[in-house]
Amino acid sequence: MTFHGRALIAGEAAGTVLASGEPISFWGGYDAATGEIIDRRHPLSGARAAGCVLAVPFTRGSSTSAQVLLEAVRTGTAPAAIVLAQVDSFVALSSIVADELYRRPIPVVVADPADFARLATGQRAEVRRDGSIRIEE
Amino acid sequence: MTLHLTDYDRALAGGDLGPAARMAMSILVRMAEVYGAAEMMDITQAHIDSTIYIGEAGLEYAERLAALGARVSVPTTLNVSGVDEHHWREWAVPADWAAKAHRQMLAYQGMGCQPTWTCAPYQTDMAPRFGQQIAWGESNAIAYANSVLGARTNRYPDLLDVCAAITHRVPAVGLHLTGPRAGQVLMRLVGVPEALQRHDTFYPVLGHLMGQIAQDRNPVVTGFAVRPTDDQLKALSAACATSGTVALFHLVGITPEAPTADAAFQGRAPELELDVTLDRLRMARRELTTAEGAALDLVVLGSPHFSFNEFKALAPLLEGHERHPSVQFLVTSSRLMRDLARDAGLLAPLERFGGRLTVDTCILATPMLPKTVKRLMTNSAKYAYYSPGLLGTEVVFGGLADCVNSAVAGRVVRDDSLWE
Repeated sequence: MTFHGRALIAGEAAGTVLASGEPISFWGGYDAATGEIIDRRHPLSGARAAGCVLAVPFTRGSSTSAQVLLEAVRTGTAPAAIVLAQVDSFVALSSIVADELYRRPIPVVVADPADFARLATGQRAEVRRDGSIRIEE
Repeated sequence: MTLHLTDYDRALAGGDLGPAARMAMSILVRMAEVYGAAEMMDITQAHIDSTIYIGEAGLEYAERLAALGARVSVPTTLNVSGVDEHHWREWAVPADWAAKAHRQMLAYQGMGCQPTWTCAPYQTDMAPRFGQQIAWGESNAIAYANSVLGARTNRYPDLLDVCAAITHRVPAVGLHLTGPRAGQVLMRLVGVPEALQRHDTFYPVLGHLMGQIAQDRNPVVTGFAVRPTDDQLKALSAACATSGTVALFHLVGITPEAPTADAAFQGRAPELELDVTLDRLRMARRELTTAEGAALDLVVLGSPHFSFNEFKALAPLLEGHERHPSVQFLVTSSRLMRDLARDAGLLAPLERFGGRLTVDTCILATPMLPKTVKRLMTNSAKYAYYSPGLLGTEVVFGGLADCVNSAVAGRVVRDDSLWE
């Protein structure tokens, strides 16, 4: 199945989907050294998002989240791509600065909420430059 | 939507105002496209949250901008840093961390910012005024500036706040404009006793619930029987910006854009309405505590940073008591508030009690706590929320008096009478 979203930050990536309807705060919620989700109140707590296609509707909480995601890019523990259900400036910014500093932007796609809901943990997904996402079921 | 840039914007982007301004503007223009902005607009003040050291990348970014000659072009305050530069050796902070965090402080200070090092810049003489267009980072400060002061800022992430400070240009979207400041979620306090509304534990709990329910929408709360203090509104701001993404709330009859519920909603209908009962608040309060039992290693106050008035409220509670030898007692604050408190004689009771003070940073922003601290107690919803994930501790939430009494007793003691 393929659906089309808005390529907030265009790029290509593929990986295992890690999906939750719960928003996440990268600061206090993501360990940039390991890529583990460490918000103990989050349904994905304990999962490792490094190299995955992380699907969360948006981010919440601390302003420092942008630095955490940038640090994850530097250390190589960032998700391969991020799929959102709405525009999220924090995720977009981390990716833009990762491009500016390291030439390694994280592809970011904003999906329709109905399409977003199709993403389930464990699927394999491919994100393309035009914002389309192909899911293998 | 096509982004319209002014001559000044193009000069910034073209490098006419130097390479740092060009880098900042390049990031801002890409962000304007992300936001779908039609144009950029001026801001006249900034608060930079990027000061917090969390790893090499943030430091590289700060030093890259500094090396390119970055200077802020509007009055700019600085958020907490990653190290208390004078007292870090008294704690578990690794020397390498302290050195890097200090470099990050110097990079931002060197851009011409005020070395305020606080997450409560609204309690300094640089608090913005009603209607002022500003670019602030730090989630609690954003909520407070928008909601309590009526200044206008979006939720600026780290890394972008400094770009706004350098160029004084931001995408003209969101909470800078009037329409998006309208309330969206109506929360009615129903049957919440006035005595509880006066109590300091009410505000972190209500804020925690507001954030959970509103998420990224603007909550409007009605039914206040009392006028909260500035510090209570600070606790509320921090809580709702932690459990949710709240950047603006309206308290009807209290905050400046909410003389009436209708004004807060700008005449529109709420997307969601619900009653906030004592039962619902009790549930929210329970969520702020993860620990079971009464064991305790540390009591910590001051997120957001402890204010002069909070020192004033704390001092008489400490007088004549000493902490239990097995429990540490810590207050986190700014150097400004420390100096004011010291001049007013409010630090001596803290010292006699056996308490300690850390300035410029906090337990979440610097690795100061030793691993032996497994269970902490706090009056802050923000500390309570983040400590389990960031510090791996268990946490107990209580009021200011509960925190002091527990430190004296050496175990958790809470007066729950107002919550029963």
